[in-house]
Amino acid sequence: MKSKADAVIIGGGVIGLAIAYNLAKKGMDDIVVLEREYLGSGATGRCGAGIRQQWGTEMNCRLARKSMDIFENMNELLETKMDIELKQQGYLLLAFSDKEMEQFRKNLELQARENIPSREVTPEEAKEIVPHLNIDDVAGGTFCPTDGHANPFLVVKAYEDAARRLGVEINTFTEAIDITKEAGRITGVQTDKGFIATDKVVNAAGGYSCQIGEMVGLDLPVKPERHEILVTERVEPFQGPMVMSFSYNIYCQQTPGGPFLMGFGDPDEPASFNRKSSWHFLEEMARKTYKLLPPLGELRVVRQWAGLYNITPDRQPIITESKEVPGFYMAIGFSGHGFMIAPMTGILMAEMILGEDLSLDINLDLERFEKGDLILEPSVV
Amino acid sequence: MDENNIIICRCEDLSLAELRDVIEDGYETIDEIKRVIRLGMGPCRGGTCLQLIDRVLAEYQGTGRDAIQQPTNRPPVEGMKLKEIAGGLDEI
Ligand SMILES: Cc1cc2nc3c(=O)[nH]c(=O)nc-3n(C[C@H](O)[C@H](O)[C@H](O)COP(=O)(O)OP(=O)(O)OC[C@H]3O[C@@H](n4cnc5c(N)ncnc54)[C@H](O)[C@@H]3O)c2cc1C
Repeated sequence: MKSKADAVIIGGGVIGLAIAYNLAKKGMDDIVVLEREYLGSGATGRCGAGIRQQWGTEMNCRLARKSMDIFENMNELLETKMDIELKQQGYLLLAFSDKEMEQFRKNLELQARENIPSREVTPEEAKEIVPHLNIDDVAGGTFCPTDGHANPFLVVKAYEDAARRLGVEINTFTEAIDITKEAGRITGVQTDKGFIATDKVVNAAGGYSCQIGEMVGLDLPVKPERHEILVTERVEPFQGPMVMSFSYNIYCQQTPGGPFLMGFGDPDEPASFNRKSSWHFLEEMARKTYKLLPPLGELRVVRQWAGLYNITPDRQPIITESKEVPGFYMAIGFSGHGFMIAPMTGILMAEMILGEDLSLDINLDLERFEKGDLILEPSVV
Repeated sequence: MDENNIIICRCEDLSLAELRDVIEDGYETIDEIKRVIRLGMGPCRGGTCLQLIDRVLAEYQGTGRDAIQQPTNRPPVEGMKLKEIAGGLDEI
């Protein structure tokens, strides 16, 4: 392991690796990634890996759309040995009330301005897109044909390989234990395998990002929250799009290999590091799915698991440098959508660290929480 | 026998040769290997292959099989149908 680095990135999930790759691509020399377990062992390898561009704020539409551009070209851009298995058969977002549908229409206007090819669908049109959908209570929906899904393990692998090729040192099973400071500035990272001197540290520790904040004396407005998910046996492809609803609270998608992935967010889930599966989730998930997508009732559940969302008060990420601790960068708090915007996050964070102009206007700093200037994004899970 | 013809994971149709390839790529744990080539992720939930893989890994690492870290066992143990779990629609 290096004893000195230009930047140390804590966290080997999709975010940490995308940042490492982009920093190296922009010419930074000594970059070290620290990952306590194996790469992708956190939320990244546990996520639904859905990629959606149908957002309700201009910033999120841009982050997501530009990230999708990168996913579309990722095999070439990152020269991956394995295809990332991008599937673009759309997201069907369902509304269960007229009020929800009104919000969706506002979102559509915004998305149209950002060149996102989404459109409104009636319940009947929704059923044409997903014939096994039960539209009894559905008020309408929106559909974006270029939304989709990619294999999170292989996206991690793609960033890992590309970063290593550019000379990034990636240390798995290596834990950051402390960050040292002198006169308010960062001087290095203490790991369980030795000390690395550096004046730049990136917090990309996902659900554990609050712990990294504590290491530099910051009380970050993020908390970990368990989210559960399950996968069924594989069957012949019969559901193209991801079916999702914020109000009915579900997402369900058939992945390219044939299994269905599905989950929902438990509104009563407390903040904790718990990553265990629950029987309650399995039952509730089964009920929701069987009602909305009846033929899926025939599918056997193969596995269920859980991962941590890293939640902020407005469920939008924090991508910024600390004003109090210069040299301490954060790409955290992605809530339920860090996978889909990882490609742009990697670029923006690299630009920030190198003091370049940002290729996209974002306002994801910490101060918004103090000022009460929260981002009002209506479309979150 | 040609290792391309020795099937180690029947659900995902993976051969011993494919397993050796990823180990040679530097993967050291069952958890990682599962995720890269999907070994043990099929409907039988790793019933056969997870018994075989630690032997192959131990051989590479020159350790005993006990030294290989086992992956997390994830519920359910037997695949149940979603509608059986839902237990009818009355309560919805
Ligand atoms: C069930 C579920 C479903 C989801 N579905 C979607 C979806 O469909 N689409 C989408 O875009 N997003 C989804 N998400 C969210 C997405 O998974 C995350 O936002 C994203 O993976 C965050 O990536 P990350 O790299 O920041 O975090 P992680 O992948 O969690 O990586 C952080 C890493 O830091 C490591 N680490 C922590 N502390 C230390 C330390 N002290 N030293 C060294 N390493 C450390 C951890 O081991 C971990 O590997 C979902 C999440 C869950 C849990």
